[in-house]
Amino acid sequence: MIAYIVRRMLYAIPILIGVNLLTFILFFVVNTPDDIARSQLGDRRVTAQAIDTWKRSHGYHKPMIYNGNAQGLGKLTDTVFFKKSVRLFAFDFGRSDSGRDIGYDIGQRMWPSLAIAVPTLVVGILVNITFGLFIAFFRGTYIDFWGVVTCVILLSVSSLFYIIGGQYLLSKLFHLVPISGYDTGTNALKFLLLPVIVGVVSGIGSGTRWYRTLFLEEIGKDYVRTARAKGLSEQRVLFRHVLRNALIPLLTGIVVVLPLLFMGSLIVESFFGVPGLGSYTIDGIQRQDFAIVRSMVFLGSVLYIIGLLLTDISYTLVDPRVRLQ
Amino acid sequence: MLVLFWTDVLIFLLVGMVLIFVLYARRREHLCAPWREVARSGVAMGSLVVLGFYIVIGLLDSIHFRPAMSPNQDNGQVQYANEILSVFDRLVTPLRVRGEKTYSAPFAAFLYTKETVELPDGRQRRQFPRLKYGASHLTDPETEKTADIVMTGMFAAAKGLLVWGVLCTVLITALGKWKHQALRSVFAQMRAGQTTVRWRSMLYTLGILMVISFVAADLSMKYHILGTDKVGENVFYQALKSIRTGLVIGTLTTLIMFPFAVLLGLMAGYFRGWVDDVIQYLYTTLSSIPGVLLIAAAVLILQVYLDNHADEFSSVSERADLRLLFLCLILGVTSWTSLCRYLRGETLKLREVDYIQAATALGVRHFTILTRHILPNVMHIVLITVVLDFSALVLAEAVLSYVQIGVDPTMNSWGNMINSARLEMAREPIVWWSLFSAFIFMFSLVLAANLFSDALRDAFDPRLRQQR
Repeated sequence: MIAYIVRRMLYAIPILIGVNLLTFILFFVVNTPDDIARSQLGDRRVTAQAIDTWKRSHGYHKPMIYNGNAQGLGKLTDTVFFKKSVRLFAFDFGRSDSGRDIGYDIGQRMWPSLAIAVPTLVVGILVNITFGLFIAFFRGTYIDFWGVVTCVILLSVSSLFYIIGGQYLLSKLFHLVPISGYDTGTNALKFLLLPVIVGVVSGIGSGTRWYRTLFLEEIGKDYVRTARAKGLSEQRVLFRHVLRNALIPLLTGIVVVLPLLFMGSLIVESFFGVPGLGSYTIDGIQRQDFAIVRSMVFLGSVLYIIGLLLTDISYTLVDPRVRLQ
Repeated sequence: MLVLFWTDVLIFLLVGMVLIFVLYARRREHLCAPWREVARSGVAMGSLVVLGFYIVIGLLDSIHFRPAMSPNQDNGQVQYANEILSVFDRLVTPLRVRGEKTYSAPFAAFLYTKETVELPDGRQRRQFPRLKYGASHLTDPETEKTADIVMTGMFAAAKGLLVWGVLCTVLITALGKWKHQALRSVFAQMRAGQTTVRWRSMLYTLGILMVISFVAADLSMKYHILGTDKVGENVFYQALKSIRTGLVIGTLTTLIMFPFAVLLGLMAGYFRGWVDDVIQYLYTTLSSIPGVLLIAAAVLILQVYLDNHADEFSSVSERADLRLLFLCLILGVTSWTSLCRYLRGETLKLREVDYIQAATALGVRHFTILTRHILPNVMHIVLITVVLDFSALVLAEAVLSYVQIGVDPTMNSWGNMINSARLEMAREPIVWWSLFSAFIFMFSLVLAANLFSDALRDAFDPRLRQQR
């Protein structure tokens, strides 16, 4: 088990290098450091001297990926790419191009992201499981048919309309919660309500349908037939046997998204004006701040890889038949 | 003069591929069987008609040309206008050219905002001016409008039903001729829903669509049925034009990505070893970058490129088209990984199957095994993924355009309609019609696509087929 985890961690290193290289190429294929310096200095007519100073102070004066003048290994290490990427592996994000400490910013902005993402996930799963079980209980009846139809209708509506509709109904018509914004402490609660509700409602369609298929697949299995043959009531079969066994695929499906909750939702955050990591990333992209984009992409990939690893481990925990080698 | 955009070329290429596949599959029983199952499903055939409606509009909107202006007096040469139109634009010219000054509500006779008008006696007054085109044929809109709308609508609906009836008769006659049956029995079977192809639900859907389109067409000649937007452009026209954008994103993205996914997925699963390692590395790397980030970065890069090379494009629409194509490309790059992973797993399973082992033992070349034995057996996965992805991509386009990393702002798309309408939510009375139109058009397309893809998946997925 431990050997497996170590091997997976080592395997992650080339992937992370690849991710970094890709981001690097994507970002600098059109934007030369000169362009970035010019936009950061905020003037079209900056002197070549000023650009040079800015590049020197931000470490962009070296060759990009390959340094022909350096000796030996220095050909690869004495470059912008190496200098900028290698510290990321120690989670030292450094300073953004506008001079702010990225690590500190991420620490600050992580909490609003989590405050939206965690309740949305938990409430969403509870709601979806309830609906899914309900429809599976009445399988083959009109409730089943119309339930599935409603799901398909719900998932055909663009998430934009859930957001706009939620803002219109709850904020404009009934004045229950503010349209957007964020606050610290317990004051944040009223700002969180709308994004969470919108997040949950927009997920009902696809979630319920997915859980229904999951439960129906489980209901078709042999142990369920055995349980019925023993004379158990339908409720008992469904809630004690089917639900428990269906938790295995359900759990592993959830574990994979857990680490990514830190990243926040780009779309929801930029809609509701929440100062989380999602809006941080969007800002970074729009200001063409390579340091921020690179850090967030790196963080996202690390979390994604952790998620995959956690999924594998959770498989062995919930299902003893699975062995990792 | 014909103008070919890149996306037009690819769309017609796609249409050509579909036609070739149909001709190829017609004589092969194993390829026809699942489709026959789809044809038996009423819901699927109903949605197919709706999809077909959208596709026809999209295709008409994909034939672009520069209209010829009157010949030059001096040398008799024909000059072409700078503006690029499509065949669809030509068909709906009244919708396109009848612009108002600014917002007006659906079926309104007056503008949304007040203006200072000079009265005949020289005094000035602030009032809502009459629209230039909307309801301009009425002398007193307050009293006449409702009756006029109802009358025009009823008349148009009757026309629609008449055309529908003619179409039904033609179909029944053709079917009777083809199957050598009496028309009466064909009709009875169709009404009872006992035909192998569910003509009943197709014809009902067609009837509803006919009535709606005739009513919309006739009313559009007199009113702005879905209102006008900020610069007075007809919202109905915008929503119709957006169909092409949505379809292009939904289909071309998969057209671009699926050769890569199929090639790499099959190779990784079949050859294993270092090929597998490299390909796995490739798609794990790509999929660990959050998709929205990749798209945002790529679109920003393109924007910088377009700004720096502004003079290389002869027109705005050409530029917008390139951006659309690029968006499809980048969406394809972010979405091929899951299909690739799926195909790799399936190929790993397939290569251990007896007939593949037999082929290997007989010394069949790798390439032949891949194309003749493995590829046909994974095609259903590709098809299901392509159809399932379609609706997700249409929805994604709207979200991306909304956060301004989607299609060009000058291009008609549902995302852009929503984007421009969202700021007007705060107005009093509320400007709801742009949102409403985008909602209706998107919803019906995505719903039809979802229903159709569900039926398709049921028919093609053998595992599901066994369960039922």
